[in-house]
Amino acid sequence: MSINPSENLARPGRSPRWRRTMASVLLAAASTVAVAGPPTAEVNTTGLAVTDDTVTIGILHSVTGTMAISETGSVQAEKLAIKQINDMGGILGRKIEYIQEDGASDWPTFAEKAKKLLVNDKVASVMGCWTSASRKAVLPVFEQYNGMLYYPTFYEGLEQSPNVIYTGQEATQQIIAGIDWVVKEKGAKTFFLLGSDYIWPRTSNKIARKHIEKLGLKVVGEEYYPLGHTQFNSVINKIRLKKPDVIYAIVVGGSNVAFYKQLKAAGIDLTKEKPLLLTISVTEDEIRGIGGENIEGAYAAMKYFQSLGNDNNQAFVKAFKEMWGDDIVIGDVTQAAYLGPWLWKAAVEKAGSFDIDKVRAASPGIELTTAPEGYVRVHENHHLWSKTRIGRAKADGQYEVVYETADLMEPDPFPAGYQ
Amino acid sequence: MSTTFLNRFGSRADYIGIAVLMTLIVVVLPLTVDIFRLNLIGKYLTYAFVAIGLVLCWGYGGILSLGQGVFFGLGGYCMAMFLKLEASTPEATKIQSTPGIPDFMDWNQLTELPWFWEPFHSFGFTLIAIILIPTLFAFVIGLAMFKRRVGGVYFAIITQAIAAIMTILIIGQQGYTGGVNGITDLRTLLGWDIRTDEAKYVLYFVNAALLLLVIQLSLFVRHSKLGRIMVAMRDKEDRIRFSGYSVANFKIFIFCFAAAVSAIGGAMFTLQVGFMSPSFVGIVPSIEMVIFAAVGGRLSILGAVYGALLVNFAKTSFSEAFPELWLFAMGALFIGVVLAFPNGLAGLYATHVVPFIRSFSARRGGLFDRSVTFGGRVEEGGAK
Repeated sequence: MSINPSENLARPGRSPRWRRTMASVLLAAASTVAVAGPPTAEVNTTGLAVTDDTVTIGILHSVTGTMAISETGSVQAEKLAIKQINDMGGILGRKIEYIQEDGASDWPTFAEKAKKLLVNDKVASVMGCWTSASRKAVLPVFEQYNGMLYYPTFYEGLEQSPNVIYTGQEATQQIIAGIDWVVKEKGAKTFFLLGSDYIWPRTSNKIARKHIEKLGLKVVGEEYYPLGHTQFNSVINKIRLKKPDVIYAIVVGGSNVAFYKQLKAAGIDLTKEKPLLLTISVTEDEIRGIGGENIEGAYAAMKYFQSLGNDNNQAFVKAFKEMWGDDIVIGDVTQAAYLGPWLWKAAVEKAGSFDIDKVRAASPGIELTTAPEGYVRVHENHHLWSKTRIGRAKADGQYEVVYETADLMEPDPFPAGYQ
Repeated sequence: MSTTFLNRFGSRADYIGIAVLMTLIVVVLPLTVDIFRLNLIGKYLTYAFVAIGLVLCWGYGGILSLGQGVFFGLGGYCMAMFLKLEASTPEATKIQSTPGIPDFMDWNQLTELPWFWEPFHSFGFTLIAIILIPTLFAFVIGLAMFKRRVGGVYFAIITQAIAAIMTILIIGQQGYTGGVNGITDLRTLLGWDIRTDEAKYVLYFVNAALLLLVIQLSLFVRHSKLGRIMVAMRDKEDRIRFSGYSVANFKIFIFCFAAAVSAIGGAMFTLQVGFMSPSFVGIVPSIEMVIFAAVGGRLSILGAVYGALLVNFAKTSFSEAFPELWLFAMGALFIGVVLAFPNGLAGLYATHVVPFIRSFSARRGGLFDRSVTFGGRVEEGGAK
């Protein structure tokens, strides 16, 4: 659909002078397009929703239902990134437009909407999903219709799709460095593993247990509770009986509120670190529900905390608050979601094309020096090299960063010996 | 009830209604919408099976079940288990610790296929299981409830509890059921790729044919002596009991029938959508299914189909147009329907469209008889 000035000019019933004026205007317009970006026919050979000055992508998260509270942050981050990219002139001279669809916290709905975005709207990429269940539901759709999904959540690994870029951590990136740290810095010898009962906590604890046992240390208990469970008194009693050095908690969603409140009510003061609590499931977003005073003193292993002091993050937090309000908090996943549009932009520019296959081929090796979490790079396995950080929860709901790995952690979605 | 045109399979008005519906489903829609939308409509039509079951069991039998999702889910899971086994060949799953078993079992440290999965290697067994397992389950529930004369609100609450228990069971036993993720990534049926556009067309028409069959069967039940006893039972249960009929047996039958029909819908759902998850089994989807029947008109078998189509179409369109506000629009639709026409679309048709047609056609000798099975004007009286 390249602009052809002569075609537009061949219109009868206009004066020659008008034609000349219009010709210069159109030529000027055409030349701006030519300067701003390569012709559409060149950058889009597969019929994606790309025009001479726009490119359309999809945003697919739950903005209604139980997951809305978690996924809203991701939507906000993605919209912020899109706005910033557009302000900088867009991608290959084209402004990003987005079509937002609601997954409604319902996995089949995610699949339906993913299909709609790919088949009907022909979007060039999709920023979306949060829970593993929603990703599993859309995965066959993305593979069948050859779409590109940027998935922001830290998750259990055991997956590597050519049609997904995983901008969050897979399990080993969160777990191994965290456990090494408590063993080395805090002298931990015994662990009590605890989690919500579904694939992510179970796989994560499996990796944690293998690693703990490899270090010659001991797991003294492992317990799971259904999602939404609110009675943790029996497990808290077990913890008091077993006296582990570390409670390793992967409790998810609303259950967190009950768990931390009951822990405090049972007299386990996390600030005393007897036992110490290490979690990989509580970000700043969750603390808003739990209440900072209930979780004060707990440690979390993440790749990003809102309190990170680097310049990238200062600018990111400022821009985020300007766009979405001062009382907002930014958790690990929100930051990972923010990376999605930027990583896609870098891959498209490297490929010089919006075509999915070319973007996929260009993706490994893409690096971002402007990421709020610092430097990240895309691995051949479509996950990100990132640092692991340990934060300590403060009463005001923020984390204080107490440790970060010196090097980037290599993503390893299929850890050998941990399965 | 006038019996001018009644025969064993329905009245003349029924046949006109079926003809109109089938023309819409088989001719008009495939010619006017693209395959993506048609596949969605195919999905909506699988809910119509459940809604038809509810019309019989709730509208005519007076048994309000808030757990039809259980039967829909059981049918769907049976089909999904077969498809998942077919997709989990040792070659396709060679990265797993135990190749050849479904991926979610491997994540959950299972090292061999559980015994109850084994029979689902057979397609014949699966087809029988799709109907038989939900029917048997309904039979057991029916036996336990109706023989003890549990009915009305109590029955509704118990079915709701069963739906909740079923969801918890499926999510809790994730090693055996796929948990909250459900059974995903289904690819082929007996080697035939169900994900292609051609397959979607074929499945759509198979679905339409099954729907026609189920509508026919339901009309047969409705117009049989059994159907008339059911209506009588709903309106004055004691009188039927004192006449010497076994009320419980009739209730068990109709509840089982509704379960079997729902299960067919569930199996077709799995085939067309490509996965099954516990989110179709629980309380919320079960209540949504009641809403389909209510919007369509709980006394109208064909109305149920329109109800399922309309509600789901509205859900899709509203959520595409207003991703953050669509639930309010859906709420408004339900409130509007219940307030404005309590007998649903079919009631609207019976009170407004039929008299119009009748006044128009009276001179020509009556196109429509007075039984109004389509609208259900006759049965309004004692429905709960």
